[in-house]
Amino acid sequence: MLEVIDLWKFYEGSPLLCGLSFHVAQGETVCLLGPSGSGKSTLLRIIAGLETPERGQVCWEGRDLAGVPAHQRGFGLVFQDYALFPHLTVEQNVAFGLKMQSRPASEVADRVSKVLAQVNLSDMGGRTVTDLSGGEQQRVALARALAPEPRLLMFDEPLGALDRNLREHLMVELRSILRASRVPAVYVTHDQEEAFTLADRVLLLHEGQIIRSGAPPEVWGDPGSAWAARFLGVGNVVEGVMRGDGRVATSIGVFAVKCSSPHRVGEPVTLLLRPAGAWPLPLKGGAAPEGCVSGTVTDVVFHLERFKVSLSNGLFFYLADPPRVGEEIRLELPPSAIACLP
Amino acid sequence: MKRIFFPVLLAALFLASCAGQGPTTLTVMTHDSFAASQPVISAFENANHVKLVFLKSGDAGAALNKAILTKNAPLADVFYGVDNTFLSRALDAGIFESYDSPLLAQIPAEFKLDPENRELPVDYGDVCINYDKAYFSTNDLPVPATLEDLAKPEYKGMLVDENPASSSTGLTFLLATIVHFGPNGFLAYWKSLAANGLVVVDGWETAYYTNFSGSSGHGPQPLVVSYASSPAAEVVGPIQASSESPIGSVLGPDTCFRQIEFVGVLKGTTHLALARKFVDFMLSQQFQEDMPLQMYVYPVNPQAKLPEAFVMFAQIPTQPARMSPAEIAVNRDQWIAEWTQTVLH
Amino acid sequence: MDSDSPSLINPALVRRQRAGAWRRVLPWLAPGLFLGLFFFYPLGSILWLGLHSALLGGIVASVFLPTVQVFLFTVYQALLSTLLTLALGLPSAFLFARYAFRGKSFLRLLTAIPFMLPTVVVAAGFNALLGGRGWINLGAMNLFHLTTPPITFVGTLGAILLAHVFYNTTIVIRLVGNALSHLDPRLEQAARTLGADSRRVFWNVTLPLLRVPILAASLLVFLFDFTSFGVILLLGGPHFSTLEVAIYEQATQLLNLPLAALLSFVQLCCTLVFSILYSRLVTRRGVSSTPRPADTKGRPARTWRERFFVGGIVVLLFLMFVLPLVSLPLRSVTRLEADRGQHTAVQYGLTGAYYLDLFQNPSETIFYVPPFAAIGNSLLYATVTVVLSLLLGFPAASALARPTRLERVLDPFFLLPLGASAVTLGLGFIITFNRPPLLLVTSPVLVPLAHTLVALPFVIRILQPALASIPDRLRQAAASLGAPAFRVWLTVDWPIVRRATLSAAVFAFTISLGEFGASSLVVRPEYPTLPIAIARFLSQPGASNYGQAMAMATILMAVCAAGIVLIERLRLPGAGEF
Repeated sequence: MLEVIDLWKFYEGSPLLCGLSFHVAQGETVCLLGPSGSGKSTLLRIIAGLETPERGQVCWEGRDLAGVPAHQRGFGLVFQDYALFPHLTVEQNVAFGLKMQSRPASEVADRVSKVLAQVNLSDMGGRTVTDLSGGEQQRVALARALAPEPRLLMFDEPLGALDRNLREHLMVELRSILRASRVPAVYVTHDQEEAFTLADRVLLLHEGQIIRSGAPPEVWGDPGSAWAARFLGVGNVVEGVMRGDGRVATSIGVFAVKCSSPHRVGEPVTLLLRPAGAWPLPLKGGAAPEGCVSGTVTDVVFHLERFKVSLSNGLFFYLADPPRVGEEIRLELPPSAIACLP
Repeated sequence: MKRIFFPVLLAALFLASCAGQGPTTLTVMTHDSFAASQPVISAFENANHVKLVFLKSGDAGAALNKAILTKNAPLADVFYGVDNTFLSRALDAGIFESYDSPLLAQIPAEFKLDPENRELPVDYGDVCINYDKAYFSTNDLPVPATLEDLAKPEYKGMLVDENPASSSTGLTFLLATIVHFGPNGFLAYWKSLAANGLVVVDGWETAYYTNFSGSSGHGPQPLVVSYASSPAAEVVGPIQASSESPIGSVLGPDTCFRQIEFVGVLKGTTHLALARKFVDFMLSQQFQEDMPLQMYVYPVNPQAKLPEAFVMFAQIPTQPARMSPAEIAVNRDQWIAEWTQTVLH
Repeated sequence: MDSDSPSLINPALVRRQRAGAWRRVLPWLAPGLFLGLFFFYPLGSILWLGLHSALLGGIVASVFLPTVQVFLFTVYQALLSTLLTLALGLPSAFLFARYAFRGKSFLRLLTAIPFMLPTVVVAAGFNALLGGRGWINLGAMNLFHLTTPPITFVGTLGAILLAHVFYNTTIVIRLVGNALSHLDPRLEQAARTLGADSRRVFWNVTLPLLRVPILAASLLVFLFDFTSFGVILLLGGPHFSTLEVAIYEQATQLLNLPLAALLSFVQLCCTLVFSILYSRLVTRRGVSSTPRPADTKGRPARTWRERFFVGGIVVLLFLMFVLPLVSLPLRSVTRLEADRGQHTAVQYGLTGAYYLDLFQNPSETIFYVPPFAAIGNSLLYATVTVVLSLLLGFPAASALARPTRLERVLDPFFLLPLGASAVTLGLGFIITFNRPPLLLVTSPVLVPLAHTLVALPFVIRILQPALASIPDRLRQAAASLGAPAFRVWLTVDWPIVRRATLSAAVFAFTISLGEFGASSLVVRPEYPTLPIAIARFLSQPGASNYGQAMAMATILMAVCAAGIVLIERLRLPGAGEF
């Protein structure tokens, strides 16, 4: 299994990766999720051996890989814009890694056709790669990485350049291939839908460090920080002040919430208000009661069987029946929708 | 009023143009080795109210070719430097005007190779092999005496020759070998010379002043195809009875060939009278006596006195090779081509 | 409606279409006339003279064997030169594309200078370094007390090859280096993750992707070596004859114009074939990888093997390019031998006399004009060339920037002079313009005309991409805001094109200053150009002549080098190389 220990990497003087650590177990698909420019590609290149870190170790099954050149690590890498060899055909691209391993020609041909079948490109062997569509090229890139039977697979935002339909289709394919091959994989992306669909474990990367690690439902249920909540788009993040009776006063209302770590009175608290499960209340005079949110509707967008309603105070909620734009509404939030963020 | 205006205007313009005009310019096209002393030139210029301009245009052959290529709009008024090896090419190109100079009467018939007097003889010299005396005495080598000697192994790499395609000196020497070995045998001789380390350069100036060890250039070769009069040019210091020239000439059978140089008025010149005057000047005693120490050539005019240095050090071959201009005319190009094939490639 | 209803034929539309067609032809008029009169007409005369005399005069049989010999030697030396150039150029291209080291941009500029240096300067430089009277020989003779120069350089095949490598290495560095820096590094990274070590990455990924640029560079270098004239003449000496030199010799020494014309015909056919091959290769899409901005920074050498590679190539390049360029000015200020015919003692040592001599012209020297006047002539010719080539190049380039079918047909014709040798051009001039009404052969105007012909393809090639880069929308926007055509041009086109124009002007100027081949044939003796003067003085014996040749060559080198540096500074990033 792969272990990354306390990795530090500087880029033009300022730190990019700050003491990053994680591990990948056999058969596990780990997704590194972080905004663009957070060093995800650099991390993959360091693991692959194409770059060296300033500090830290990359270990495989306990052995430090420092000093092991890239071509001896046996790690496959699928690039964002495929990096297919334009002067070779599809077959030749896929066979490249096998050629480097000096396998006999018959074995090479066998393996190539097997892998091409795996990615559904069986009859495309002789085509030149520049003639292929984006999705086909991506599958060739995947086949090329799979063919030499790597001990670890790495993906650098491989679906970024594809349109939505294709992306979803390929995500499903990728998932099944990864499950079937049992090869440990590190998948790097800024798209949280991709990460949550493919990962066994999601790692959130923020300012050079892993700030949250866990199975997708875990991470979704408890983002672990205000930044993560905002980044994942889990819900509304609201700042407030602890009032003392288990309630937090915010600019938009008062909410009763149980926090894992105790806060003293007057301390600032960040709340997460999930958008689902809100119940519209009839507007009555006076201030909003506890646990309620009110505001003017600024936008209503149909969003896959429900409506995303944006309010003037910056919050958004999902409702089954759409209100009208400009309408004043009041929503009651169930206690499960209110969480405390550390 | 109008009737007198225009004639007056024309007269004024005519006078103005006359007054504004300086001396006429007479252009003389020559090869690079042309030289004449300033007082002699100035004498002519002042006597004829003319400015002389000398266009030095490379070796004799190159200069002639330039003149032929521009014959429809000639670059000069007079051309000096065609020699008997190129005479036929010059005459065939029809670029010269015929001029029966009165001074021709003084000149021996052997030099008058053009019966129509389009080309008039001015000087002659003998192309011979010069040798560096110091080199041969220091290295205890006998000086080569014949053409055959030059191909001997003890003289390997010592001879520098000029390319007959570009140099009239080289062409003249080539003719000497053809006279000696015959048109069928000369190529074998040149092959042996080439095998013996023959150095070929483009022109006499380079051969003599760069490659030859006996001149100011202190070059690597002690033998050079040059002129029998060159020894006179290398004498340093005041001339006494005991003076010696540091170089000598090889005067064996057919080792020398007589070269005669001609002058001619170019067709299409706008200064015909002046050009003819200049031709007369070149044949006159004054110029003919100036030539030997300037260009190291012999005057054709027998009345011209030779300078002392010339008499003492310039050597005259006893058995110079000769060939008729007609024969040269017919075969020259082919011989040059054959020589090029044999020696250069 | 029936078909010949008059309302379907709109007279206004037809008029507009006719006007449009006329406007499309107009830019081609001036350059087309120029090219037709001064290139194709003389070329036709050459071909007519050559073929006519070959078929009727029956000279073919006697000259066949020597012609084949000359042709074979031309191919042989060009091939050898190309291989040697690749041997130095390919590692250098890698050096510049991949590694960062001290003095990198200086060295890169240094390798670019020779390409535009006149052949006489290069010949003089090598002469000053390796010639019989050059530094190395004189130093060796002094050190080891020898009487003859130990190294024979001038007049050997080695001199020709070395000078060719000196000239053309920059082509390989540019074309291959450019392609290298545009290579997507992720391709090499992918190969490494698939198990390829550096050697296998090179052979399996990098080199195949460089196949097209390497081939293009080789072809171009071969073409230049094939038509090389000054180098063969001045450094090879009488023993070596290529097609160009043979044409020159037949025309000027042996006055065999028909044979010269026949050889020109052979020359033209060959260069045409190579030019077509090259342009086909370059315009083909070839192997395209993801276009990325060029990464020209490189990284410092890390391993010992890398350091050895970097150091070795740098030293080699330094020796190759710095030594000849430095020998020249040094020789122009030192007196090491006697003057022609000088019997007095020689004052050895540093002297500025040669530069002063340039202003004087005693009557016994070989020129009618003082050498300094030759400098003036060259500057004048160069200025006229710049004006002419810009005047003719601009309309042609702007038409080519928006190509229609007409342009695609005409384009190769305008690039033909690039492939035709300069000597052929000169020959064409002297056999075409030597009788009325076009009696130009003694007129000094032929020289800038010939120079313009040589410079025009380069000028067009420089202006065209700049003009093509002006988005039409800008022009349309300006026009829609009420600007007349001239103002549109001044406010939209000119600022974008300014740099390219200056670059093209400097290019034409430098080419004209250094042009030797055509000038040798058409220059008028009273108005010599600087390269002609240098060549003449170089072949004359004596310290004064040699020194003045070196002095003039140094001046010429300084001016051309300044021009090249200026062009490099003006080069648009990412602009095409050739």
